[in-house]
Amino acid sequence: MTLEANELEFDYSKYGFRQEENYVFKSGKGLSEAVVRELSMMKGEPEWMLKRRLQALAIFYKKPTPLDGAWGNPDLASLNYDDIHYFVRAGDKPASDWDAVPEEIKNTFERLGIPEAERKFLAGVGAQYESEVVYHSLREEWSKRGVIFLDTDSALREQPEMFKQYFGTIIPSADNKYAALNTAVWSGGSFVYVPKGVHVDIPLQAYFRINAENMGQFERTLIIIDEGASAHYIEGCTAPQYSTNSLHSAVVEIVVKKGGKFRYTTIQNWANNIFNLVTKRAVAFEDASMEWVDGNIGSKLTMKYPSVYLMGRGARGEVLSVAYAGKGQHQDAGAKMVHNAPDTTSVITNKSVSKGGGKTTYRGLVKVHPGATGSKINVNCDALILDNLSKSDTIPYIEVEEANVTLAHEATVGRIGEEQLFYLMSRGISQAEAMSMIVLGFMEPFTRELPMEYAVELNRLIQLEMEGSVG
Amino acid sequence: MSSELVIKNLHANIGDKEILKGVNLTVKPGTIHAIMGPNGSGKSTLSNTIMGHPSYTVTAGEVWYKGQNILELDVDKRAKLGLFLAFQYPVSIPGVTVANFLRAAINGHRAVEGKDTRETQIPMAQYRKDIREKMAALGVDEAFARRYLNDGFSGGEKKRIEILQMSMLKPSMAIMDETDSGLDIDALKVVSQGVNTLVQDNSEMGVLVITHYQRLLNYIKPHVVSVMMEGRIVREGGPELALELEERGYDFIREEVFGNGN
Repeated sequence: MTLEANELEFDYSKYGFRQEENYVFKSGKGLSEAVVRELSMMKGEPEWMLKRRLQALAIFYKKPTPLDGAWGNPDLASLNYDDIHYFVRAGDKPASDWDAVPEEIKNTFERLGIPEAERKFLAGVGAQYESEVVYHSLREEWSKRGVIFLDTDSALREQPEMFKQYFGTIIPSADNKYAALNTAVWSGGSFVYVPKGVHVDIPLQAYFRINAENMGQFERTLIIIDEGASAHYIEGCTAPQYSTNSLHSAVVEIVVKKGGKFRYTTIQNWANNIFNLVTKRAVAFEDASMEWVDGNIGSKLTMKYPSVYLMGRGARGEVLSVAYAGKGQHQDAGAKMVHNAPDTTSVITNKSVSKGGGKTTYRGLVKVHPGATGSKINVNCDALILDNLSKSDTIPYIEVEEANVTLAHEATVGRIGEEQLFYLMSRGISQAEAMSMIVLGFMEPFTRELPMEYAVELNRLIQLEMEGSVG
Repeated sequence: MSSELVIKNLHANIGDKEILKGVNLTVKPGTIHAIMGPNGSGKSTLSNTIMGHPSYTVTAGEVWYKGQNILELDVDKRAKLGLFLAFQYPVSIPGVTVANFLRAAINGHRAVEGKDTRETQIPMAQYRKDIREKMAALGVDEAFARRYLNDGFSGGEKKRIEILQMSMLKPSMAIMDETDSGLDIDALKVVSQGVNTLVQDNSEMGVLVITHYQRLLNYIKPHVVSVMMEGRIVREGGPELALELEERGYDFIREEVFGNGN
């Protein structure tokens, strides 16, 4: 009996996601000041935004690609910035109801299950096809309660003051090369505002996807949870397989004010040729709670470290993440927690699975500044390696500048147990199913936090790959 | 097609070390067959080798069941043929509930090659009813159905869950590997009763009971007792052999088989 985990690559071609390209506008490949000016003009943006974009472009040019150092990765060397479309727009205007969405785009969404999800429990959908949101709905009662859920381009037009007040304040252009790139060419994304004391109990959802070959996607999301308010935002991604490298580089900025609660859930399932370089950061004020639930299944290389800056007494931050790396994939993901106030709490739970030569890296930072007394930190990283070809690394940076702190850190690396496989198979369960049971069981602390439909979809995806590939 | 379990000249290694040195044994249907032996005699190796544990390498011999040399079959295929191994140390699977695991096991048994699993799988209502009944019979709290398999279970709880699995899967040939180890007397009674009920319900069922002590055999009464030493079956007899071993220990057999001061 062989117990090697064989192929578990996600073959996107079999999902038949690729649609004919039929775009209203598509910029040429490559990046220049002219491209940025054209993009801003096409969108009819205010002058300040154009200026911001051009400043960011200059920063992007100046900053070297981070190939080494604490947060660098040598694999970024194969990324060719001149070979990417920086702006594509499908359809003319964001559609306000489902009937107005072009048929071809609808087909794609139907394959992703949007209409069904909508029927069941979706309250608002911001569905991003290429660079711009084409479909957006929000339940009436929410608008009545002052909840704003827009695509980011519309928000710039319709909420100019709030937009200008917060845009780029959590993640400045100079934060890193890809934040600068995003700021220069951002398009689409979600804008959410939840007013004081309002509880949005049904998740806000947005689907993102890339279709055009070599097209970068640079969505920009800005979320403000006002005092005592609460909400849950869900982003799910999927993309077809192409042979040349594509880039996805998003920026997500979140503010959770005093006593607010927010959760941001992502299932990232980009095709295995896409660089997924994302900057996600939240600030949490007094007694606020911020949770990142972050799943990374696809992409060629993901570098993503959702972070929470704990700025007020009693603030709480959590990152719960899972990474799966198959053949040719590197999931370099983790978390950053920065304690800037007393009695703050952070919890990082990271689970990773590597297989078929895939590599997972947990890279994380916990920083406790002087004065953040009574802070509690808990970091837990578990890696599961399914065969001898695959790898896993743990790189935790912990910088504590305060004596009165409680810190627990635990990391485990395990191979899939022969004993576990033998036990399950001795009960008449096939090797493939036994493997997927063990992997899904390992991921369960993550899966159980997802809405039912996402959990089922994620489990099904992994089961299918196991069934189709082993024995 | 015989439902005897026939072991012929079985040799097996762990790494380079030979543990089984030519085991010959036949377990007849409708028979409770005990294997007794001192520590290190190869009893657990025998049970694991029959089931196909990947750490053991068979170097010679055959194991026949229902017309097949099962050594050629994958582990799950052996189970589907009707074999069941109650583990000495049941393995924990975090994140997988007892209920989901057992349903997968039952559906694995029911699956037919080339047939859609949706046609063969157990209807949910029937499964729920079955598992409730069996749990009640074994005195297992229903809450265990939602717990992760063997994760944080006590020794006694694990053994009960082994018997629960056995009573749900209804094997035709069960191998009990040191099932009594780590059990207090109450748990031992419950577990034995579970086994006896299964045997009563299926008069063709064979059971191979592997044990170090005679104690278990007070509750699961064997028809045949074999003694294993140094990787071989060295003696076979009726239930009285177990009592004699209890009284005299293994040394008298060792002396008879291997001679004095070997």
